[in-house]
Amino acid sequence: MSFDFLWQGMNVALLPQNLLIGLIGCFLGTIIGCLPAIGPINGIALLLPIAYTSGLAPESTLILLASIYYGAEYGGRISSILLNVPGDAGAVMTALDGYPMARKGEATKALAISGISSFIGGMLAVVAMTFLAVPLSWLAIKFGPAEYFVLMVFAFATLGSMVGHQPVKTLLGCVLGLMLTTIGLDATSGAYRFTFDQPELHDGIEFIILVIGLFSISEVLLMLESQVKGALKPLVVSGAYPSWSEIRFIWWPSVRATVVGFVIGVLPGTGASVASAVSYTTEKRISDKNGTFGHGDMRGLAAPEAANNAAATGAFVPMLTLGVPGSGTTAVMLGALMLYNIQPGPQLFVEQPKLVGGLIASMYIGNILLLIMNLPMVQLFARMLLLPNWVLIPGITALSILGVYSAFASVMSVVIMFGIGIVGYLLRKLGFDMAPIILGFVLGKVMEVNMRNALAISGGEFSIFFSSTLSLVLWVLAALVVCLPWWLRRRQARLAG
Amino acid sequence: MNPRIYIAALALAGLTHAAQAEPAKTECLAGAKPGGGFDLTCRLAGNALHAAKLIKDPMNVSYMEGGVGAVAYNHVIGTRPGDAGLVVAASSGSALLIAQGKFGKHDENAVRWVGALGTDFGVIAVAADSPIKSLKELVEAFGKDPAAFPVGGGGAVGSQDWMKMAMIAKEAKVDPKKMRYAALEGGGAVTTALQGGHIKLASGDASEMINLHQQGKLRILAVMSDRRLPGAFKDIPTTFEQGYVIDWPIWRGLYVGPKVSDAEYNWWVDTLGKLVKTEEFKKEREARGLFAFDSLGDAFDKRVKKDVMTFRALAKDAGL
Repeated sequence: MSFDFLWQGMNVALLPQNLLIGLIGCFLGTIIGCLPAIGPINGIALLLPIAYTSGLAPESTLILLASIYYGAEYGGRISSILLNVPGDAGAVMTALDGYPMARKGEATKALAISGISSFIGGMLAVVAMTFLAVPLSWLAIKFGPAEYFVLMVFAFATLGSMVGHQPVKTLLGCVLGLMLTTIGLDATSGAYRFTFDQPELHDGIEFIILVIGLFSISEVLLMLESQVKGALKPLVVSGAYPSWSEIRFIWWPSVRATVVGFVIGVLPGTGASVASAVSYTTEKRISDKNGTFGHGDMRGLAAPEAANNAAATGAFVPMLTLGVPGSGTTAVMLGALMLYNIQPGPQLFVEQPKLVGGLIASMYIGNILLLIMNLPMVQLFARMLLLPNWVLIPGITALSILGVYSAFASVMSVVIMFGIGIVGYLLRKLGFDMAPIILGFVLGKVMEVNMRNALAISGGEFSIFFSSTLSLVLWVLAALVVCLPWWLRRRQARLAG
Repeated sequence: MNPRIYIAALALAGLTHAAQAEPAKTECLAGAKPGGGFDLTCRLAGNALHAAKLIKDPMNVSYMEGGVGAVAYNHVIGTRPGDAGLVVAASSGSALLIAQGKFGKHDENAVRWVGALGTDFGVIAVAADSPIKSLKELVEAFGKDPAAFPVGGGGAVGSQDWMKMAMIAKEAKVDPKKMRYAALEGGGAVTTALQGGHIKLASGDASEMINLHQQGKLRILAVMSDRRLPGAFKDIPTTFEQGYVIDWPIWRGLYVGPKVSDAEYNWWVDTLGKLVKTEEFKKEREARGLFAFDSLGDAFDKRVKKDVMTFRALAKDAGL
């Protein structure tokens, strides 16, 4: 195929008016991403009718919505790193190493590193999308319930890297996460599980409520505790930017995470949260030789950031080529296309070169804009940590309540958030990590639903999980992830001995 | 309160209200995340009402997800029962959930049903390379070997997509519970799984499938309707034409809280009555892939209650 659409698109996206729209979108997106619980989907749902009724051209509308979307992927990391409050679903893993870095006084560096890895992930993914969107759409079609199940087996296999020095607590945390996903409507049989006749529980516990409870509310409680004990040390914030060698250090982790993130983003059944989780655990498996992950390792920060931006971009592939949204946000954008009477499909690239090209070109431009916008601002953001605790602690609490309430409009969700927060605080006091709970929660549902659907299709035959080449490849990968590090260690030990 | 004063107060209230009462501010509540069917209904109502100048200010759309509308239903009844400016999006799926007791303790009489804005229709489709060419062939083949036809739908067992296929299964003398049914995440996932060969039959909505049908990616065997649909559907036979008395309209409409006064309720019914006749509305409705389904006020109220009864019987029939 020809790449005419890209040149036509550059002409569209570089129009002063569209550049301005892109800039506004990036800025709004960054703010929306920063606020806990409020994600790009809320921002887009709010702006779409305004854009539509103000008679904006379809390509301009799409540029606006898309720039909010990837702006939010950049913005989500800021509150993750500074406050341990993930701004959106894709930014959960960012907190694992980003927050410890900020506590060590390296907030500026952490923000800059994550901005750069977001840029690497976003940019490489746009390049991949430009050249591979149409050929890649077959991947989304080839993935059926059986293949998704095996993909989740692979994801759980990479989880082995999280076990660390207290395997029992990690496994318990993971099981707790799995248990929490079973609350709500059973997607296969339609039965309600553990809902106690409360309609608020019919959809189960929202991921973002769990995340805010576990991370930010429990964090607030921990801060309060040390404040009362008088043990809360004032933070130092160094203004140092990362050096070139540090950027080179995160280059390969970011590139690897981009590949993982992009592929997972292309699959409609999985999203940015799965992408950042799997890329983090994979990277930990590959690079964490000295156990520095989780204590402020730059690679552990760069990998999930690159992955969630790559996944956000990858989610456009099935939306544009198949009309199947890869995330909630792309679902709203699909609705926008329909409003303008534009039918997605592989022909879209030929029939609507201005639109598709404009969108893709705006992604190139948007990523550059976001990098330029973000780098000088990180010092400003980092200074937020110097706020006194009597501002910071109520501030985080207020932001959490505001975010959850405005996203779900129910008091019940705020109550659930606090309940989870208290449990999270107790678990942290007992030495549990929050990450395995999150991973169990994210991966568990996808795994269960797909396993049951696959078995429904096969009439209960387990052979369906081994029936396609794709599944077999994934089984082999899962086995490798489990066995390879063990084998390498043994070989090293033998060489040393 | 002294009953006489009470009556006097009521009469006074009635006088000041006149026959109809336009709310000062309008809001449409979608009981789900942005981007779904409820959102679509709200936007259709809001955009068209404003475009046709039937309301002064644009209608606000708000979201309250939970239980596919159950949380919104309970919220309106419990917290905002008399808010005359608030309309809530509903669909035939809401009637199905009410029939199955999945909307909590309230039944279909707990709100005031205002009117429908449009409808979609159920369809059954096979992959483009399937040997099955008509509904009759499907019913025969399915009756012989139901295991050869894994079905995919965009909802759980007991959902609309499942029900549609259960009705076909009954025509083939197959126990609906013996169907190999995969509950996929929405219509997009269903058509993708059909193209990928993971399922052999797809149960879904007409508007989701028509483009893929036209592109030759899948084949719609029948539209579940008693009349032939216009436009892109003019060459696709209906269930009735193929000799099966099964239809499945998926209407989209609005309700208001139980304590909204008659005058305020009538304002909504009359305003929607004016709305559905305007060109602006027809344009907006067609852009969203919906067909005309004008049922307002009393007629709509009866329709919803009849649907709930039918669904109750169906669920019992299917052994749920």
